[in-house]
Amino acid sequence: MPAWEDRTQASQFRARVRRVGQTAVIDLLGEINGFADEAMAAAYAEAEESEPAEVLLNFDGVDYINSTGIALIVGLLAQARKSHRPLATCGLSEHYQELFRITRLSDFMSMYPDETSALTAAGSATAGRATAS
Amino acid sequence: MTTLRSFWQNRVRATDRQEPEAPAPLAPPQAISWLDLDMAATDPLIAYFQHAPQATDIRSLALDSPALARLKAAGIQLVIPLVSQGELIGLINLGPRRSEQEYSSDDRKLLNDLATQAAPAVRVAQLVQQQKQEVAERERMQQELRVARLIQQTLLPQSVPQLAGWAVSAYYQPARAVGGDFYDFLYFADGRIGFVIGDVTDKGVPAALVMATTRTLLRASAERLVSPGAVLERVNDVLHLEIPPKMFVTCLYAVLDPRTGHLRYANAGHDLPYRRCGDAVLELRATGMPLGLMPGMSYEEKETTLQPGDTLLLYSDGLVEAHSPTRAMFGFPRLQALMAEHPGGEALTGFLLEQLAAFTGAGWEQEDDVTLVTLQYTAATAAPEEGEMKAEFELPSQPGNERQALARVAEIVADLPLAPARLERLKTAVAEATMNAMEHGNRYRADAPVHIAVRASAQELVVRITDQGGGVSAQPAAAPDLAAKLAGDQSPRGWGLFLIKNMVDDMRVHDDGQQHAVELVLRLDQATE
Repeated sequence: MPAWEDRTQASQFRARVRRVGQTAVIDLLGEINGFADEAMAAAYAEAEESEPAEVLLNFDGVDYINSTGIALIVGLLAQARKSHRPLATCGLSEHYQELFRITRLSDFMSMYPDETSALTAAGSATAGRATAS
Repeated sequence: MTTLRSFWQNRVRATDRQEPEAPAPLAPPQAISWLDLDMAATDPLIAYFQHAPQATDIRSLALDSPALARLKAAGIQLVIPLVSQGELIGLINLGPRRSEQEYSSDDRKLLNDLATQAAPAVRVAQLVQQQKQEVAERERMQQELRVARLIQQTLLPQSVPQLAGWAVSAYYQPARAVGGDFYDFLYFADGRIGFVIGDVTDKGVPAALVMATTRTLLRASAERLVSPGAVLERVNDVLHLEIPPKMFVTCLYAVLDPRTGHLRYANAGHDLPYRRCGDAVLELRATGMPLGLMPGMSYEEKETTLQPGDTLLLYSDGLVEAHSPTRAMFGFPRLQALMAEHPGGEALTGFLLEQLAAFTGAGWEQEDDVTLVTLQYTAATAAPEEGEMKAEFELPSQPGNERQALARVAEIVADLPLAPARLERLKTAVAEATMNAMEHGNRYRADAPVHIAVRASAQELVVRITDQGGGVSAQPAAAPDLAAKLAGDQSPRGWGLFLIKNMVDDMRVHDDGQQHAVELVLRLDQATE
């Protein structure tokens, strides 16, 4: 077993799921690195249980994302695409928005500055689903 | 044998006249068969008809002519030559008359008139057909050349190595027929650079395809093998099984350590590179058979150390085998003498091309591809200013410690003129490089800390992150492809090196066999956002 799996260092990450209208909001808190794996997966599974129209990852409380964290987000995005559920983000700092652009995650996930604008867009997207692409 | 095939596939025969009312002939006329007649240009029948262009009963003709024999065998009786501008361009061949009577003088006169009228028209038709065939052939060849050029241009490097203290240039000019020249640069994780120059026998698409195969084999072998001789040996053994008969590849492969100027090289029958060293021009000689000729070959390996100011020239035979209008060859002695005249460096390429143009004269049709790669050890920038040590520290290899690394580095560089966005990028690069050092270099061993040193000069900030995992040949990582990752074709991981490279202005890797170091470089002497 690789040493890091000993989890000697407690995870600095927590996730909380809220339902706002048709959107499941996952509040991410702390550092998104290898330690966040289980909590991220559990939060996403919980969010999907209620069959939301969209899942919104709220990065307001996140101060660090490393390459392993990027990989976890790629994993969530793959799941969301499999169930044809839009996955969006809000609250990313300018630096992490740049990382999302460089990695092309932004091609697959809408990025909003804050939760309000994300929910507004989600509401209109849901209402206009018949015509929106 | 030159044949008049296109002119002589005539299928003219006597018209079968239908006479349904007539009784069946007592003795049916001799049947004649369809005739595809290929005539050699030397067949005496051609000369005969050119001199006697009139209807001729060939039964009485006695010539040592294979064509005449075939005409007789096919039942032809009367032949009327079609002659245009003194050239025999066709025959009207008639079998016996149905009436069993001989052809009358009126018949012959009519046929001669017909032939006189028809010959120019037939000639025009032949020329049109010939031209159409030539156009089609030219288009086919042009298309083949386009494909060959495309293959070569796709596979040749788009840029030359940018090495501190070195100036590298590459020039490639394909001949009209596109030869099989190629060159390549291979980048190793420890900072060494591989230089390849080669030439495939043959031209066009076959040469381009063999070039592509050779390049791939070289790259694959160079990833696993350090010794240039061993690389060529491996490529030769595999290529021998793949290459079409009578084709082979000459190739020089050299590996340069830009920090020391040390050069190891092996040569598979390629033109010897020249090294300009002071006023002397030396051949770098290493022996070996061209690639693909026979298996089990070994390749002599030599080494030398280039000194500041030295220039190395790799070239193809398109240069040395170019001819002057008087058919003199450019040759190796001339090239060697010209190199001695010129101070070297990137300008050497332009100088040699000028000399080549002067030698071949105006209107020269380039006979073969011309490829020139120069490498100069520019002493002026050989030792970049190292910068003042601002701080250095060590961290235990434990998961999560990369955050300490980025926080410490951020504190250390706080007084440097770094825009906030560039500082954030540096922090991400430091974190990723530290993670790599802890995980892949030190394998999270408690007794193997990661060493981090921060230096800064007026020009650049360098963060050097060192682990104990030197000597392990790292495979070049494939660029992460998000679509492939989402489709499950690639692991979701593998972003670290990609992020580092995108976060800093330069990333240098050093490996002394024991320690592995990554230098993250941010320029401080240019405008930043």
